[in-house]
Amino acid sequence: MTNGITTAVTAPPSDITKRSFPTSIAIHTLLILGSLLMLYPLLWMVSASVRPENEIFSSTSLIPSSIDFSSYLRGWIGLDITFGRFFWNSLVISILTVIGNVVACSLAAYAFARLRFAGRNFWFAIMLGTLMIPYHVTLIPQYVLFLNLGWVNTILPLVVPKFLASDAFFIFLMVQFFRGIPRELDEAAMMDGCSAWRIYWKIMLPLSLPVLATAAIFSFIWTWDDFFGPLIYLNDMNTYTIQLGLRTFVDSTSASDWGGLFAMSTLTLVPVFFFFLFFQRLLIEGIATTGMKR
Amino acid sequence: MSDVMRTTAPEGIKSEYGAAAQGRFKRLWTANAPGYLFLLPWLIGFFGLTLGPAVISLYLSFTDFDMIRSAEWVGAANYVRIATADPKFAAAMRVTLTYVVLSVPFKLTFALLVAMALNKGVRGLPLYRAIFYLPSLLGGSVAIAVLWRQLFAGDGLVNAALAHLGIQGPSWISHPSYSLYTLVALSVWQFGSPMIIFLAGLRQIPTDMYEAASLDGASKFRQFYKITLPLLTPVIFFNAVVQTIDAFKAFTPAFIISGGTGGPINSTLFYTLYLYQEAFGNFRMGYASALAWILVLIIAIFTAFSFLTSRYWVHYDD
Repeated sequence: MTNGITTAVTAPPSDITKRSFPTSIAIHTLLILGSLLMLYPLLWMVSASVRPENEIFSSTSLIPSSIDFSSYLRGWIGLDITFGRFFWNSLVISILTVIGNVVACSLAAYAFARLRFAGRNFWFAIMLGTLMIPYHVTLIPQYVLFLNLGWVNTILPLVVPKFLASDAFFIFLMVQFFRGIPRELDEAAMMDGCSAWRIYWKIMLPLSLPVLATAAIFSFIWTWDDFFGPLIYLNDMNTYTIQLGLRTFVDSTSASDWGGLFAMSTLTLVPVFFFFLFFQRLLIEGIATTGMKR
Repeated sequence: MSDVMRTTAPEGIKSEYGAAAQGRFKRLWTANAPGYLFLLPWLIGFFGLTLGPAVISLYLSFTDFDMIRSAEWVGAANYVRIATADPKFAAAMRVTLTYVVLSVPFKLTFALLVAMALNKGVRGLPLYRAIFYLPSLLGGSVAIAVLWRQLFAGDGLVNAALAHLGIQGPSWISHPSYSLYTLVALSVWQFGSPMIIFLAGLRQIPTDMYEAASLDGASKFRQFYKITLPLLTPVIFFNAVVQTIDAFKAFTPAFIISGGTGGPINSTLFYTLYLYQEAFGNFRMGYASALAWILVLIIAIFTAFSFLTSRYWVHYDD
């Protein structure tokens, strides 16, 4: 019990040794049942996407009688424009958003965390304040602005704000991380005549890869899943993201092609699932330390 | 800092006063310019995309504006109509409050219970944690809303499962009495991120407190009530505020499940969905702006209320 602070975060609590065998079995049984309940809808959707069409509704089982990928083909070409186009559009918007968020938010975060300038605390408080404001308040004037700029039906309204650090949440996340980097490092560099820019570029960013990665992954996932922004700004099917494509597919097929619908739904979840699989630790630490909402 | 030294040396011809003033300006510049240069993108965004639009939106909320003719000042008419003569607003309010009041407590209770079970030092914690978190990560997407629509359809999976038990279920999503509860269920299913925050909070509670309590003969229930719960109140508070604000802003599932209508009979007309319909369906931009400011007001009142009452129940360890 004496191995100090590190235990609090990493090691399981000490009562692991004291619990009786039956209690342990009971907890595992509950957790396994809970996990199955949580995963069942997802697994069922994946299984429905590879089922022969006539079997979909009749069966609550997760194992299809035979594997049939034809739903994927039907779904892919189910609309006038193929899902390939929607995937590409989503990918472009998501990648540009990631770049915008990482660059713009890290610049602002470096200023807030390290540089001294008049009004810093004031602007920091304002920045935190913007986190509380629901975007609905700025929605309509922004729409009018982008409409007048001729940006509707382009990706610009979805991407340009990110290069202006509009996702202030990530600034906050990065400020928290930057403050943890020893100040001696940049003070020493400053003594040696390093400019603020060089310190940011050569010291802060390389030391901040974990938080930059966390911000990048969350940016990607949230943008990939975003429905409201594309719904408002993209009306031409050629510009649709994957979420809009899926929604159009729902409306156009209603009940006729559930197989194709589930196949495309499954496909849209694949990128997020892979991020989850490979970066799970970063995501969970990101949430645990900052209390991210999703 | 070395730059500051360099700039203080005045240059030849200029008068002493001018040189001093210029020196001061240069000093101010070198001291503040880097900070503001790094902040520049955010500052442009703040003024151009947040503050400016917010002010304009406040103005628009007092106008009649359809995007074709220019905005026409109508005074407080929009707000008066919202408060007194808009049955759809009343419906949206009722739906949203019901959703918030049901989904947040259930979600947090599940999150806390599962976090406590996982905190018992179970083997395979990372795997369980990942499984319970997965729905939170995927849940915001259209695909999951589509799935939910099928699960709770008349011939959907839930009714197929109920049929095994000999129960004939209704079409949950197209029945006005049940449709909202399917959305509550969808929200509760995504309890993963508050669970992770609870788990981190539980890890902070020193185990020797429980050992001392056990030695004194305190039951597990008493330990939960007297140690876990009080020490966890800051985390509970945080989760409750974040989840509530989030629930007020929910949009996508209701939009997909009701096909954008908020039906049947407005039973899933979330506040944001109504706002969207007014703004981008009916192009009543002035009215929609007023709705947006009412939403801000509600969230602000709720947040202020939470913070004011928090000192009576949130335990901060000094």
